[in-house]
Amino acid sequence: MHPAFSVIFLTTLIGVGQGLFLALFSSQAYSVVDVLPAQSGGFYALGGLIALIFLIGGLIASFFHLGHPERAWRAAAKWRTSWLSREVIALPLVMGSISLYALVNWLGLEADIYGLGKTGQVALSIGALGVVATIALFVCTAMIYAAIKFLQEWASPLTVVNYFLLGTASGFGFATAYAAVAAPALTPFYGGWAITLTVAGLFTRIASLLRNARIKQISSVQTAIGVRHNKVRQGAMGMMGGSYNTREYFHGRTALFLKSVKWIFLVLTFPVPVLLLWAGLAQNSAGLLMLAVGVQYVGLLFERWFFFAQANHPQNLYYQVVG
Amino acid sequence: MTQLALVIDLNVCVGCHACVTSCKQWNTSGEAGPLFDDNPYGKDPTGTFFNRVQTYEVGTFPNTETLHFPKSCLHCEDPPCVPVCPTGASYKRKEDGIVLVDYDKCIGCKYCSWACPYGARELDEKQQVMKKCTLCVDRIYDETIPEDRRKPACVISCPTSARLFGDVHDPESDVSLAIRESGGYQLMPEWGTKPANHYLPRRKTKLRIHADELVRADNPLGKEDIRHETSKESSLDDWLM
Amino acid sequence: MTQTLTASKSEPAALHEEVRTTTCYMCACRCGIKVHLKNGEVRFIEGNIDHPLNQGVLCAKGSSGIMKQYSPARLTRPLRRKAGADRGVGEFEPISWDEAFAILEERLGKIRATDPKKFALFTGRDQMQALTGLFARQFGTPNYAAHGGFCSVNMAAGLIYTIGGSFWEFGGPDLDRAKLFVMLGTAEDHHSNPMKIALSKFKRDGGRFISINPVRTGYSAIADEWIPIKPGTDGALLLALIHEIIKQGLYDREFLVQYSNSAELVNIDAKSHEEGMFVRFEVPPEEGCFDPQNKLWWDREMDRPVGTHTPGVDPYLLGEFKLADGTPVKPAFQLLAERVEQYTPEWAAGITGIPVETIRRLAHEMGVTARDQKIELPIAWTDVWDNEHKTITGNPVAFHAMRGLAAHSNGFHGIRALGILMSLLGTIDRPGGFRHKAPFPRPIPPCAKTPTTPEAVRPNTPLDGMPLGWPADPDDLFVDDDGGPVRIDKAFSWEYPLSVHGLMHNVITNAWRGDPYKIDTLLIFMANMAWNSTMNAVEVRKMLNDKEEDGSYKIPFIVVADAFQSEMTAFADLILPDTTYLERHDAMSMLDRPISEFDGPVDSVRIPVLPPTGECKPFQEVLIELGSRLKLPAFTTKEGNRKFRDYPDFIVNFETAPGSGIGFLAGWRGKGGEKSMKGEPNPNQWQMYEQNNCVFQYHLPKSYQYMRNWNQGYLQWAQAHGMTRHSEPINIHIYSEVLQKFRLAAQGKTDGRQPPAHLKKRIETYFDPLPFYYEPLEATLSDKHKYPLNAVTQRPMAMYHSWDSQNAWLRQIHAYNYLHINPKTAAAQGIADDDWIWIESMHGKVRCMARLSEAVEPGTVWTWNAIGKAAGAWNLDKDANESKQGFLLNHLISEELPRNEAGEHISNSDPVTGQAAWYDVRVRIYKAGADEPKETWPQFTAVPAAPGTPGRRPWQNYVAGLFGKGEGK
Repeated sequence: MHPAFSVIFLTTLIGVGQGLFLALFSSQAYSVVDVLPAQSGGFYALGGLIALIFLIGGLIASFFHLGHPERAWRAAAKWRTSWLSREVIALPLVMGSISLYALVNWLGLEADIYGLGKTGQVALSIGALGVVATIALFVCTAMIYAAIKFLQEWASPLTVVNYFLLGTASGFGFATAYAAVAAPALTPFYGGWAITLTVAGLFTRIASLLRNARIKQISSVQTAIGVRHNKVRQGAMGMMGGSYNTREYFHGRTALFLKSVKWIFLVLTFPVPVLLLWAGLAQNSAGLLMLAVGVQYVGLLFERWFFFAQANHPQNLYYQVVG
Repeated sequence: MTQLALVIDLNVCVGCHACVTSCKQWNTSGEAGPLFDDNPYGKDPTGTFFNRVQTYEVGTFPNTETLHFPKSCLHCEDPPCVPVCPTGASYKRKEDGIVLVDYDKCIGCKYCSWACPYGARELDEKQQVMKKCTLCVDRIYDETIPEDRRKPACVISCPTSARLFGDVHDPESDVSLAIRESGGYQLMPEWGTKPANHYLPRRKTKLRIHADELVRADNPLGKEDIRHETSKESSLDDWLM
Repeated sequence: MTQTLTASKSEPAALHEEVRTTTCYMCACRCGIKVHLKNGEVRFIEGNIDHPLNQGVLCAKGSSGIMKQYSPARLTRPLRRKAGADRGVGEFEPISWDEAFAILEERLGKIRATDPKKFALFTGRDQMQALTGLFARQFGTPNYAAHGGFCSVNMAAGLIYTIGGSFWEFGGPDLDRAKLFVMLGTAEDHHSNPMKIALSKFKRDGGRFISINPVRTGYSAIADEWIPIKPGTDGALLLALIHEIIKQGLYDREFLVQYSNSAELVNIDAKSHEEGMFVRFEVPPEEGCFDPQNKLWWDREMDRPVGTHTPGVDPYLLGEFKLADGTPVKPAFQLLAERVEQYTPEWAAGITGIPVETIRRLAHEMGVTARDQKIELPIAWTDVWDNEHKTITGNPVAFHAMRGLAAHSNGFHGIRALGILMSLLGTIDRPGGFRHKAPFPRPIPPCAKTPTTPEAVRPNTPLDGMPLGWPADPDDLFVDDDGGPVRIDKAFSWEYPLSVHGLMHNVITNAWRGDPYKIDTLLIFMANMAWNSTMNAVEVRKMLNDKEEDGSYKIPFIVVADAFQSEMTAFADLILPDTTYLERHDAMSMLDRPISEFDGPVDSVRIPVLPPTGECKPFQEVLIELGSRLKLPAFTTKEGNRKFRDYPDFIVNFETAPGSGIGFLAGWRGKGGEKSMKGEPNPNQWQMYEQNNCVFQYHLPKSYQYMRNWNQGYLQWAQAHGMTRHSEPINIHIYSEVLQKFRLAAQGKTDGRQPPAHLKKRIETYFDPLPFYYEPLEATLSDKHKYPLNAVTQRPMAMYHSWDSQNAWLRQIHAYNYLHINPKTAAAQGIADDDWIWIESMHGKVRCMARLSEAVEPGTVWTWNAIGKAAGAWNLDKDANESKQGFLLNHLISEELPRNEAGEHISNSDPVTGQAAWYDVRVRIYKAGADEPKETWPQFTAVPAAPGTPGRRPWQNYVAGLFGKGEGK
């Protein structure tokens, strides 16, 4: 597939936003059971706002993908069948619940709903909905790709797992850096999870790479045109100046380029951020932590580019040779 | 239930591209149009077409087949492009099985095209909506067109009548008959999309001549061999009593 | 602007505001079309289902007519080369038609009053040769031809000199009833849609289709068997097939005896001046362009000579006999059998690259199918010898061939061999075989003759004879007393005696060199002589721009009439903008190349569906206007006034001779349109064509539809309707006495004209009354070790016979071309797919891109022709793929052979017909250097858009004449 930057930014930005929100929520929830120190409402509110900004950034990026963004509202219509439609519903739900979560924290609205006598019950209740929506959004986003069964590189549960782990890893990483500035007490918690999620993501991403490397493509030029012969070669694809079919589904890069991108993302997304996080935590350095976040985000851009480029669309079988 | 479709006979397709441009000219000025052309007189001209003819080479010299292969939307019975459309712009008509795009609802997200294994859909880069073969839905029901011409433009233009059009659900239709009798097949059956369009394979006529058929009793050479000069050499005639 | 319509709603829209009927001209096929107009602009062009030719279908070109109509290459104003600007640079200024006509009238008037041959008119594939030829003749110049000479004249001449008809408009394979169809050297065809329709039916009916071609493209793709062959060797294959068929006795003896000259006795006395001529038993009472029935057979029963077609006689085909006067004679068939004795399948295998078993099997398939699957139609007919036949017999083996056979210097004899093979199988004008189309069959050769002496060219006088004709013997040549040519292209001279379509490919070179003389004005209509329609394009472009020492041009004045800004228009001094086919009247005339069907004559017309663009004027109107201004007799009344108002008026009222009743159109003649073929002019003829789908079809009675060479009823009908002069039988020339007459002249055995000394050997060699195989001339003159490969071109179906590289839709399909190479051949040179490579002949070289293909035989490389364009031509962007990646093979092909015994400036053509030998070229290929630019070479300086051409749209959203916001630039 031809990697579209709109979608690369969409998926990576909302991943950070979603992960950041999950980080905020989990730390706030832990604080209820006194595992972690409670923070001021402002900390969660500002964090929520930042998460929201990431989500809005993703949303804006997504509009660049659409031919008719002004009609985007229509996209909610087919939620029964379309993961894209579901994503379109989940995304505002996530944004809405995070907004509310941030607002409640900001305003310090409190009520002892569950009789626990703890603060944050209102925020966490709203946040819990947000968590459900956030996880749903992860699933929807990933399933957009995983649901296309003939894009065999994508059609795997690993796609969902990776979207979740890489999104949360980047979000927890961001939370770590945020905490280093705003709530140092939470830094080890966020950082620990960021490292854990990144390492887990490394394993699942490598798993998907190994899987993809071994994929035997089910479709072939033989099944594409229905001719049983072991030597079938295209002579002409029917047009010479290119078409949507040649622009949308081919990355147009060399195998070497692809391989380079793979190693870049493997290095930038996983070991470097882990080392930087570890060093940042060890040295209590907000700068190193921010660097870790930045490096990992760049790594994710490469990862997402590779994710698209690696996918072989069977339609490409029909568009092999200009002649 | 009706399922309109094309049955494409690769046995007679000579790859003339008539279907490509007749489709283009009908549809660019029709309800599915306009069909954008970018850089029509410059470098790398490109445009929206609903139908393309490709060429494949099968085998190695001298046992090479050159196969011309027209491809347009296959109007799958289980079209993967339809459920993925978030807006419902992409839909399959109940009444005749044609898969269509409602341009007014299309947001140009391209997801339907990703979900089509055949590359049958093309985003119109000017209008920014997804376009595809409509089976000339604005021809086939148009009563101002004479009945025998109420067929897709590609079908009426095809010089070798390699494109048959009809209801593949009607077992008695020409298309069903052709599929049954000439080994009609579907593309990429592995994805369970059940394309309504079918392809008919190449068929070969051979002639076998038995050795004893080569020469017949009435071989015309028999009429030419009678004149010889009388032999001056001695022969058995001179010896036998 | 119609935008964002949904395809979901199918309510009928107001799309069919107007439908007009006319005839397509996107190629030479000429299909009936219905043009749907919306607000006066073209919305849709469909095939006319009521038209006999295309029966409703339409090809890719026809369906792209819209993009031709609205092409940015349209010339819309008369243009004059700017003073001081060189030719080829493309600097023009618009002038009015009045000025243009004044320039022409003055210049041509002077030429006509002094030396009319200094005006040369050469036209492309115009299909209006009846009018252009008439104009030239009336003007008085012999220097006229259309593009046949560089296209496929061998196919016309080779078959017409053998069977009295040929392929395309002249006749074709009866695939309706054939069981075996063999196609040679054909990718796509003249008769394109009918061929496709027929081929599809043929295959569906279970017919067996074999294609013999170095390349498997086009029709060959759907052949049941592809037999790859080396280019230029088809003659060898055909002779080997004849060998095997005779050896096995698989020929149709009765057919050969009755309907060919096979059994006729040939004088074989080497001492006689009549050697190689048929023995005649009487002097014919009447001389004419027909074969008198005065030859001899040798009667098997009585063992003596008898007149041919003596009732009850069965003659020998083989043997040697002595006439009473001692003259040794042999039946022509015996000579053929002797000739092909050497041409064994084993011999041919080495030349053609086809395995021996395949050649033998092919011969057997043909022979056995023809013999054992005979068709008997219950159609009674009478032959010219008054024999009544209860049935029509058919031997269902059909052939078709095209330029693959023709465009070689050995093509004439190869095609003669094909005609003989078809005749041996008994397939001529019979069901399932080859069938004629009116006005064919014609006598062998047809009656039309050129003048024969330079005196026929006189000031202010029409030419005394046709500019093109069919020589029957050396005395029909158009030469001066020294045997030198009269025509600028040297047609009908000893160099190329049977050049029945002229040699357009040598006109510019000859005129530039002044050999045989200088001309003044060259008028080119619709032929791209500075590009794909010329050999040696680079040098020819220089010749067009070359000057004498005094600064004047070597070719003083060049006029180009064309609808589009081609490479050629850049070299014009005066450009006359023609209309498109949708904007003009035209006649597909019986006097030219009509669109007849097997069952009778058909002609058709174009009627404008759109007004002319800008100041475009149909070229026909230009000729009528010029003819009137120059007071050419045919265009002028007795009183000296203009005779015809315009072209439509001319078409209605012109008669071949006063009161002949024969005009350009055969339908709806007579005062009220009640007559056909022949009759007085009908003032309402155009309307009647218009009301009848623009086509006139005449169905002959069934009994006249077959065996027309010998069908009494048909021949009398044809004579009565002015299609032929005589109703004599047209016997097949297995043995060509016409050729023998030239050979005898070369041998000095005749009293008449004899060739100049340096051409004697050439004539003696190539004017062989029986077909023979020789290696293409260029191959014998080139270093085959250095240049081991053959290079040929084909045209893709989507652009066949069309100009359409500027067509916005078609050029998306073919924007540039590759050189197709067998992977083994490529590997030997280390060439990979998509590599930039050089292809080089002894004449030049071209840089291009390689495309590996298993569908080409290893000794051949090929490319699509005429896709490559010069930068800026056709108003394409200077960076268009056509000029940067596309290329022409023409740069590798010379219009003249290297100096050889026949002379220094002998055309690279068939020595019999002057057919341009495009496919003789030998080449080598090698990788281009890594540091070389990734673009084709040679490159040419881009020409600017000519004044008046429409803007080049950067993008378009075409809807019935509207282009969206992208109009103009």
